[in-house]
Amino acid sequence: MQVELQHISKRFGPVQANDDVSVTIAAGSIHGLLGENGAGKSTLVKILSGFITHDRGEILLNGKSIPIQTPAEAIRRGIGMLHQDPLDFPPLTVLDNFMMGKTGGLFLNARTALREFRDLAAQFNFRLDGQAQLSELTVGERQQVEILRLLSLGVNTLVLDEPTTGISASQKTALFEAMKQLAAQGKSVIFVSHKLEDVEELCDRVTVMRQGQVAGHLDIIRPIPPDLATRLVDLMFGRELSMPAKPATFQEETALEFQGISLKTDRLTLTVDRLTVRRGEVIGLAGLEGSGQQLLLQLCAGLLHPVQGQLKIEGTEMAHKPYQAFLDAGVSYVPADRLKEGLIRGLSIQEHVALRHPNPGFLIDWREITKLAQQAIGTFSIRGRPSTLVERLSGGNQQRTQLALMPVPLTLLLMEHPTRGLDIESTLWVWQQLIARCETGTTILFISSDLDEIVQYSDRVMVFSGGRMSDPIPVQALTADKLGQMIGGRFE
Amino acid sequence: MPRAMYQAGSLGLALVFLSGLVLLAGASPLNVMLSLWSGAFGTLDQFARVLATLAPLMLCSCGLIFTFAAGLYNLGIEGQVMLGAIGTTLALRVFEPMLPAPLVILMGLGLGALAGVLWGLFAGVLKIYGRINEIFAGLGLNFMAQGLALYLIFGPWKRPGIASMSGTELFNESLWLGTIGKTEASPIALLLGIVSVVVTILVIRGTHFGLQLRAVGHNLRASYVLGIPAVNRLLGSFALCGAFAGIAGALQVLAVFHRLIPNISSNLGFLALLVVMLINFDPLWIVPVSFFFSALNIGSLQLPLSLNLESSLAGVIQGTIVLFALFGQGLARNFKNEEMKG
Repeated sequence: MQVELQHISKRFGPVQANDDVSVTIAAGSIHGLLGENGAGKSTLVKILSGFITHDRGEILLNGKSIPIQTPAEAIRRGIGMLHQDPLDFPPLTVLDNFMMGKTGGLFLNARTALREFRDLAAQFNFRLDGQAQLSELTVGERQQVEILRLLSLGVNTLVLDEPTTGISASQKTALFEAMKQLAAQGKSVIFVSHKLEDVEELCDRVTVMRQGQVAGHLDIIRPIPPDLATRLVDLMFGRELSMPAKPATFQEETALEFQGISLKTDRLTLTVDRLTVRRGEVIGLAGLEGSGQQLLLQLCAGLLHPVQGQLKIEGTEMAHKPYQAFLDAGVSYVPADRLKEGLIRGLSIQEHVALRHPNPGFLIDWREITKLAQQAIGTFSIRGRPSTLVERLSGGNQQRTQLALMPVPLTLLLMEHPTRGLDIESTLWVWQQLIARCETGTTILFISSDLDEIVQYSDRVMVFSGGRMSDPIPVQALTADKLGQMIGGRFE
Repeated sequence: MPRAMYQAGSLGLALVFLSGLVLLAGASPLNVMLSLWSGAFGTLDQFARVLATLAPLMLCSCGLIFTFAAGLYNLGIEGQVMLGAIGTTLALRVFEPMLPAPLVILMGLGLGALAGVLWGLFAGVLKIYGRINEIFAGLGLNFMAQGLALYLIFGPWKRPGIASMSGTELFNESLWLGTIGKTEASPIALLLGIVSVVVTILVIRGTHFGLQLRAVGHNLRASYVLGIPAVNRLLGSFALCGAFAGIAGALQVLAVFHRLIPNISSNLGFLALLVVMLINFDPLWIVPVSFFFSALNIGSLQLPLSLNLESSLAGVIQGTIVLFALFGQGLARNFKNEEMKG
């Protein structure tokens, strides 16, 4: 089936996620959708598979305009999506999951379904046990179950959103083989990824997205021409980087030291052989979201604990100490999702100030707290009153509130997306505050998906890709090309 | 539309619904109201019984304010009341021969509170370390508490000669909490209720502990990141609620029944859940709403005699008002969200 997306636009509040996007996916082809985080890839495929409705534009299937409003409708039309985080039912068995979504009949026919499941699995060389409980499977195996389920529902266009994150090499090979087989059968595959090497290996054609728009299309001809990667990176990040703008604030003393640290989660394994960060230094962590940067920050914050290795803050071994010890050592973590992890919805600015009071007694001295809150509001130019609930503040003012709540002095400040969603003026102001902190000896590690911000405000930059981590690179030695290559998974 | 309009509207709807129900049962809503009124306030004795119900109800409501503040649905409060009553009975039985009566009563209150705390902490430990939802943990513990009470009444603490559902042997009158005249209302019980309401308001609004409880209840993860000892606070709220419930159970023994009976909690824990949901977790409203609900409970007792209606109508009225109020709050919230989207 030929799938055409024409002039698709979608807006989420102030964010234009898709802006007049047109893509055509030929029947029997594997089409890559490549782009930086937040480029609009996921939004586009979620529109196609009925999870999100679009504001403008149309979807044409085999040349006919078809309105798709719900995932069930998309599946009826033959479009199925495999989500980045599997949308399945871990407490049920593999076979139960496989039968999920089948229509018709009052009773389940498990025997027929099992036969169908085994036939399909054999066809793609997937080794799966129908009776196993899904929660015991790896992410890669759960993907396989989901692919079989979608195929049994008659899907002929399969959308895969970042499917190679968190699966083993052999599972990746099996997955790619299966996709090639599907394409050979005349089915279309849409492969959403940020990994250059995966796209090069698998896709027939690739569409690169940037800031909600299509940056360009490229046919991938085999053998791969040597300049393909550079051309893709140009499309993904195609712009000049800003000039470094930060004064040197680091001192000679070591603030943070890693040795042989490794950390495991379901999706990623992060290892840090050796890393030292100087006092007052700013390290920018670049990479697509979920490549391991957040793990590193949470490790430094004491919110995650390494399997092994040493982590020293100001010379003290901290690796297995409780979170409170990190707070006592002057470590502060400022999460990206302000209302989920940073601030407490339902409480006011002054209540947050009271919560952060360094020596709480039994009773709260509300007069003193209101005065402190008033001061913070003045110093940090927060548009709100002490009694304003934090969820009523704008994003910029929430960020200012988070900064106002940080204790003084600080040893280590860990920030996720310090200026996400802020206007230029607030961004400049936030960084002024942060640099002032560095001058007093605070070390900052921050994540940002804005490469300009990384280059402007870091002393050194570390790039993450799929749990791998580059050595820190002095910001003067960075080029847009090099940064893009590394973010795409090429470390040299 | 402002929230008050939704609340007034939902109250009106609840009354319409209840009137319809009463009409269906073949009675007149006006007569039911009059009968409820005279049942609760007709005589001094009846009014005193309203006050006697009010004290433990206020205590339970205070306890629930703390668990709700921490974001917990402490359905185990019934069991915590029962354990309080059991603890008190134990203290009275043990200390009666060796201590003067006022001290025995004090020990009874203390051991009641302690038993409630333990039962509350039990639910907290199951919730936090066993990852069992506090609703199920609480309900399970309620059954256990009920079983324990029955076992004691029919086993070790049975009345000499006959074990029966009417409970254990009456305690000596010296161990009864003093009452106003010959009525059932105990000034000490009422005082305990009022003091706990004041303490609750103060702790929730004026202390770091109360603020931290609310922070944990609103957003556990962010509270943890901000450095609040979240586990400690959650357990603390269970313990506090257990203490209030335990004292309520102690009062049921000391001031109302003067013995341990199978239904010693009189479902006051569940009734307090309704109170606290109706007042939207604001402790300032505990006294008036608890009073209203107590009056309904007592007033309904004479419905079978005067109008040939079931006295369980009180529960229907209480439940209906709470459900409609919650419905109104939900509508108001939806409406506000729509407005913000538009």
